[in-house]
Amino acid sequence: MSKPLLEVNRLYCERDDRVLFSELEFQLSAGEIMQIEGQNGSGKTTLLRILSGLSLDHEGEIRWRGEPVAAVRERFCAEMLYLGHQAGVKAALTPAENLRWYAALQPACASADIPLALERVGLRGYEDVPCHALSAGQTRRVSLARLYLSRAPLWILDEPFTAIDKQGVAAKEKLLREHARRGGSVILTTHHELAIDGPVRTINLDQRAGTSA
Amino acid sequence: MAEKKWLPRWFFQLASPRWCYQITGRLLPGLLLLTLLLLAVGTVWSLLFAPADYQQGNSFRIIYLHVPSAIVAQSAYLLMALAGAIGLIWRIKVADMVLKSTAPIGASMALLALVTGAIWGKPTWGSWWVWDARLTSMLILLFLYLGVMALNSAIENESTAARAAAILALVGVVNIPIIKYSVEWWNTLHQPATFKLTEKPAMPAEMWLPLLVMVIAFYGFFVVSLMQRLRNEILWRERRTGWVRELLNKQ
Amino acid sequence: MSTGTNPGNVRRGSALALFTATVRREFLLSFRRKSDLANPLIFFVMVATLFPLGVSPEPDFLAQLAPGVIWVAALLATLLSMDALFRSDYEDGSLEQLLLSPQPLFVLVLAKVAAHWCMTGLALTLMAPLLALMLFLPADGMAGLLLSLLLGTPTLSLVGAIGAALTVGLKKGGVLISLLVLPLYIPVLIFGTGAVQAAVTGLPLAGYLALLGALLALALVLAPVAIAAALRISISS
Repeated sequence: MSKPLLEVNRLYCERDDRVLFSELEFQLSAGEIMQIEGQNGSGKTTLLRILSGLSLDHEGEIRWRGEPVAAVRERFCAEMLYLGHQAGVKAALTPAENLRWYAALQPACASADIPLALERVGLRGYEDVPCHALSAGQTRRVSLARLYLSRAPLWILDEPFTAIDKQGVAAKEKLLREHARRGGSVILTTHHELAIDGPVRTINLDQRAGTSA
Repeated sequence: MAEKKWLPRWFFQLASPRWCYQITGRLLPGLLLLTLLLLAVGTVWSLLFAPADYQQGNSFRIIYLHVPSAIVAQSAYLLMALAGAIGLIWRIKVADMVLKSTAPIGASMALLALVTGAIWGKPTWGSWWVWDARLTSMLILLFLYLGVMALNSAIENESTAARAAAILALVGVVNIPIIKYSVEWWNTLHQPATFKLTEKPAMPAEMWLPLLVMVIAFYGFFVVSLMQRLRNEILWRERRTGWVRELLNKQ
Repeated sequence: MSTGTNPGNVRRGSALALFTATVRREFLLSFRRKSDLANPLIFFVMVATLFPLGVSPEPDFLAQLAPGVIWVAALLATLLSMDALFRSDYEDGSLEQLLLSPQPLFVLVLAKVAAHWCMTGLALTLMAPLLALMLFLPADGMAGLLLSLLLGTPTLSLVGAIGAALTVGLKKGGVLISLLVLPLYIPVLIFGTGAVQAAVTGLPLAGYLALLGALLALALVLAPVAIAAALRISISS
């Protein structure tokens, strides 16, 4: 069993006069998929934002490959892909332009893979259509295409299946399992019933305690 | 929060709101008394016993209010920026609270300096306002304070607001010397016969001693007000913790 | 596609390539929404028009006012356009991706401000001769006007971007940005108008331009740091 990729110790977060979670602890190793469960408002999105480093409103320790995340921030950002509530897609640009910009931001992506990535999310033929002319689902898929581009080992996904049809969901579930098989890890939240073959760890924030696998 | 060896232990002790509340509670009565004493002595001395200026007569006495308030207004901004920096670097909540509490006090001091400057101006130059270098700089300082206060109140999340205000205060602190220099330069360009508002190069002891007393008294007043506001802020921010509930239940 | 094989080896494109890619993206975005481009320029001209209308159209009087009015108009027009700098990225989630990039945020931020300046500050500078004409600025003052605006408007954009970054998380950041940033604009205003007035009266410009250049240098080094910190803070809630 190799060193865990991500370690979370005694994580505490409060917002709007409510303690969302305290003494949250877990470890994530390569090849693991973890789902954060909880009702709406229980802090799932907040937790993902804290793990990705976007939110600073927390106490406790987060370690990446054994080092405190704050000390290795650049390396962590290069090895992590975050998919938030918002698509992160500019409506005025085409899917290809959006992905090329993403590749510039994340050097671990190769822009040569962009056409293939767009095809895998079902946007072949739409590479040069401005995203404001696409549907919400299609725009969301531009964002998901990043999953096919990125070489980051850790994926933090917040509701990745929104606005995706059943076929697309099945394809993404397969992708997640493949990613885990190749040594990557995934942390995600979703309302869908996950049908990924293989073990999926869960943490239920409503119980405010971690359940380790 | 890494405990660095070169920082004394009391630095991190101060970071606890509860400890801060207790220690300010103990210091406050004594400081209040001292401040009131100094204010009384200073005011009486400056208004009654200090000699009148041979040029301006008794209206010159307003500087005993104007100079201390101007000095405190400027020092308070430095304190505010320092508290902001500490809050940003070490993520200490009390530092954020100090920043939030200092801003209104500093702004009031700046306003007082402007008003007393205007009161001085009326009998001396004949108008309530003049675009003198110091008054203009003080006005800009007031705007900087108001900006920090506005930003702090515009952001709902308290710790985010404090961090944003800290950045603004730090940007302001870097700009203050630049602003002062440029305003002074601008002033010499447009008013070659500058009238210096305050100290002439050699002020006899009978004049600057009461001034010194007033400056110290104003600093005391600033510290007392800051402590009061800080205590209120601590009680409000920590209202959900056990020790605050206990405290409020006892009353 | 292997994962995690080179943990410490972040392949960095050169900073210049990143800068260029960012600037190009900003231009692409702006030119696809042409309406936003013209607004600051129209505002610039309109503000300058207010003075003869509101005070007096006398050529001698306006000539005296011209340096200050043109500078104030440029300053206000820049301020007005600042809110849009980060707002669109904030609303569609691109700002989050920007902040999560392992690439240096300093370069990304500088590139955004540089692109923004090209479309506002630089454009205003190029339009300034028109206003100089309308306000009867003496011909001697033109060089001073253009040079001072050229050196001063980038500083305005950089400092304004700090205000934009601090307020991007707020729903109505517009007037607040002005309140935060206007005191910081005053030195640039003073030296900028000083340069124009020196040019008009035939005095040497070098000192003013050097001061403006020094302010610009300071802003280039410090502002992106403040902007980056402010962006992280704004997005953290």
